[in-house]
Amino acid sequence: MNKVVSNAQEAIQPIESGSTIMLGGFGLNGIPENCIAALVQKGINQLTCISNNAGVDDFGLGLLLQKKQIKKMISSYVGENAEFERQLLNGELEVDLIPQGTLATRIQMAAMGIPAFYTPAGFGTEVAFGKEVRYFNNKPYLMELALHADFAIVKAWKGDTMGNLVFRKTTRNFSTSMAKAGNITIAEVEHLVQPGEIDPDDVHVAGIYVHKIFQGVNYEKRIEKRTVKIVNK
Amino acid sequence: MALDKFGIAKRIAKELKDGMYVNLGIGIPTLVANYVPENMTIIFQSENGILGMGPYPTEEEVDADLINAGKETVTLIKGAALFDSAESFGMIRAGKIDLTVLGAMEVSEQGDIANWKIPGKMVKGMGGAMDLVASAKNIIVAMMHTNPKGESKLLPACTLPLTGLRCVKKVITDLAVLEITPDGFLLKEKAPGVTVEEIKRKTLGKLICPDNVPDIEL
Repeated sequence: MNKVVSNAQEAIQPIESGSTIMLGGFGLNGIPENCIAALVQKGINQLTCISNNAGVDDFGLGLLLQKKQIKKMISSYVGENAEFERQLLNGELEVDLIPQGTLATRIQMAAMGIPAFYTPAGFGTEVAFGKEVRYFNNKPYLMELALHADFAIVKAWKGDTMGNLVFRKTTRNFSTSMAKAGNITIAEVEHLVQPGEIDPDDVHVAGIYVHKIFQGVNYEKRIEKRTVKIVNK
Repeated sequence: MALDKFGIAKRIAKELKDGMYVNLGIGIPTLVANYVPENMTIIFQSENGILGMGPYPTEEEVDADLINAGKETVTLIKGAALFDSAESFGMIRAGKIDLTVLGAMEVSEQGDIANWKIPGKMVKGMGGAMDLVASAKNIIVAMMHTNPKGESKLLPACTLPLTGLRCVKKVITDLAVLEITPDGFLLKEKAPGVTVEEIKRKTLGKLICPDNVPDIEL
């Protein structure tokens, strides 16, 4: 077994133009910074990106948008990115907006091998257009399909060489489900450790789901909205 | 006098009961956390994966790995729990959240809500709002009674794309507390010094006015 690669360039080597990629993170929280930089550098395009948000103008997925490498975004909220707005209004970018819980569960269903599920979210709204409606206990639900991707890219706090991953604080967000849903899953970690150094009780994503793993470098961990308590001294 | 946003938040805080699990939306709803009565334990959920969200951190406490759904840096209370987005929306969908407070651009007399899109202008996305309103047991909308142009936001039917259908239970505005009933908006309380006439004038949806409408107490 050898899942360890030396860096982001090597990890994303199989990703080509036209691929569908899931990218973990919520806003800029827990995004795979190294792999995004490598995708920008590689210059591939026509990508379909599944990610809750689209980054900001000069960080996260905003970097791929700037270089017009993204053909389509599948997200729930994209309000923090002016370049996104410009490309969308000019018809340069396709976007599929999905309720956040539906997005999370569509990815989770792919991770669990379940093709579809029913949710009440979006019934009676434009999200329901073209979708099967079914009643359970007299309540209407929409059928939503599992969401798959050629590649999933996530960033974890710690990972071992067998691919087991541990996340810190709110960085689990979409990453744990995406890691399990990708056909090929790439994990970048802040700390790459040996098997046995992670307590099996602490594993958030089991190694079976992870195909490539590497020790990331130079994490910026940019904060989108730095809010602090006013302390009277 | 009409309430300001802090007054609206204070009034909403009176809806809290000890032990409630509460999700607060962005904007005025977020302020509600500042007015939790003493001796009451309220657990705030943030849909990016927190139960037990605490106040903003001090400069020293700021942790880039810990944010709320508004992407703000936050802290955790003692006894907090963390999880992923799929589980977070699982607990929302399964009806575990006791109270959801969110903002709105329009509310209809039947309890429909619109708060995510203005056609022709920028579409930012619905985020978690559609999931929350479709499943929450108790939804309170916190908003100004009129839009910046002075037009009523309480309508016979929403004109903007809907977020959810027949889901809002109560609306708390700068002017009034209104309950959604099968017959329309029931005026329960009014801001001190605001007349029922003014509320009538600024409510386009069907409004039911009892003979005696008490003032909002803060």
